[in-house]
Amino acid sequence: MLNQEIRNQFPSLADKVYGKPLVYFDNAATSLRPIETVKQLSHLSLHVNANIHRAVHSLASAATEEFEKTRDAVKDYIGASSREEIIFTSGTTASINLVASSFGERFFNEGDNIIISEAEHHSNIVPWQLICERKHVEIKVLPVDDSGHLRVDLLPSLLNDKTKLVAVAHISNVLGLVNPIDEIVRIAHEKGVPVLVDGAQGIVHQVINVEKTDCDFYAFSGHKCYAATGTGVLYGKKKWLDQMPPYMGGGEMIGSVSFAGSTYAPLPGKFEAGTQNINAIPTLRTGIDLLKQFSDKSLANETEAVKSYLLDKLTSDDRITLFGVPHRTSEKVPVFSFCVKGVHHEDLALILDKLGIAVRSGQMCAEPLMDRMGVTGMVRASLAPYNTMEEAEYFVKSLDRAIKMLS
Amino acid sequence: MESLQDKKQQIVEEFAMYDEWLDKYEYLIELGKQLAPYPEDARDESHLIKGCQSRVWLDWKVEDGKLVFSADSDAIITKGIISLLVSVYSGRTPREIAEDDFGFLSEIGLKENLSPTRANGLVSMVETIKNAAAAQI
Repeated sequence: MLNQEIRNQFPSLADKVYGKPLVYFDNAATSLRPIETVKQLSHLSLHVNANIHRAVHSLASAATEEFEKTRDAVKDYIGASSREEIIFTSGTTASINLVASSFGERFFNEGDNIIISEAEHHSNIVPWQLICERKHVEIKVLPVDDSGHLRVDLLPSLLNDKTKLVAVAHISNVLGLVNPIDEIVRIAHEKGVPVLVDGAQGIVHQVINVEKTDCDFYAFSGHKCYAATGTGVLYGKKKWLDQMPPYMGGGEMIGSVSFAGSTYAPLPGKFEAGTQNINAIPTLRTGIDLLKQFSDKSLANETEAVKSYLLDKLTSDDRITLFGVPHRTSEKVPVFSFCVKGVHHEDLALILDKLGIAVRSGQMCAEPLMDRMGVTGMVRASLAPYNTMEEAEYFVKSLDRAIKMLS
Repeated sequence: MESLQDKKQQIVEEFAMYDEWLDKYEYLIELGKQLAPYPEDARDESHLIKGCQSRVWLDWKVEDGKLVFSADSDAIITKGIISLLVSVYSGRTPREIAEDDFGFLSEIGLKENLSPTRANGLVSMVETIKNAAAAQI
């Protein structure tokens, strides 16, 4: 598939800002939306809008089918063993909060500990702080080294018989390095400790097979991989989900209700209280279709070339410090966070914006990692397969111009 | 010293000279570089302007009944913005500042062309200057 064919599916790519072609390098925050997702969302909203599961009329059954077909598609795509293990949520944050609250409620006791990495997004830190404070559980931190690699060698010494969970990102949203989650899972499982993987970035850049990886939970969002916002997935092993109490109470998640007490619906309904995001969840199928197209070899090669070009440019310029420098290029995804000596990250982002380039600046929701790297913020350029070599070259030229203006 | 009205008019005209916002930023960066050194003993929490993503310090004293501002920022465009405000309002009487509508900022389109966080920062800077003036009346 040609890059131009892909670009045509994303109308924003033809837009201009300040009279200049938009170069969208903020894909790690959210991807652009393809026409197909919007069409699907609009079609479902206009023609298949009925509440799912309960009613007997045909519109409700069509809506239910759209919703449940999506569960099967997600299950197949991530290699889960059963559809009961796929819980729909509003996004990664909601998925992690669900596990923190429910798994924590069931399994955390005073004096226990959990392990999270130093390179986590706030969404994989704060939900744990909330439950751990309530349950008097200690949070241990798995550090990163100066190049941004997780110190997996230290994991065995952090694990003990009071460790209840390891929570780690598949790919850091700042460093863009693929963490060795298979190895982390293996080490944790040797001590009988389950592992939650924050897949917000991982789902975009890697093909995950949860059964092969053997992680216990995998959380991701739809909006970063071309589906509608407000869509997300929590994969959880059935053996855990069965033991976990409901997270929210309401319609759909119940077996029977009386004032003497209620029983709960079987999986996955137990964790899907209230009316779901019925029109948007099915767009996850479109997102998955695109992820599959993007892993097509010829296109993947082009994406790799753009990535290698930027990696080379950002590591060979001594004005620039890149965070997350890979040992080998295959462990790096096109997420580049960097600082420029003597130049404020926000100034750089502002000048780049005026040149038509959208990048992120600031702490990237990872304040502990900023502290670890000794900076108050960074600039992040994050690419998707619809970005081109021309855009990457324009970015490098513009960055040089911005640095010269600002120093 | 030129009147407040003249000074504002001069800034509006200078901004109008540049067609592209990038050039206006070049101008702001230059203004930032022209800012007089900030007193180190006032580089503390109490002088930080709240609501800015980058750090902005503002200090003032009263000399001959006039407010004299000094300022600094760790981001150079923000420094240019506060420098612009200092160049307009430093050396004015508290009443002049308190009664001013700061309308020239909309005239030059500055707020509209900032990122939301910086636009909020600009609002905070203006508020801090107004409050400093009001406290002297």
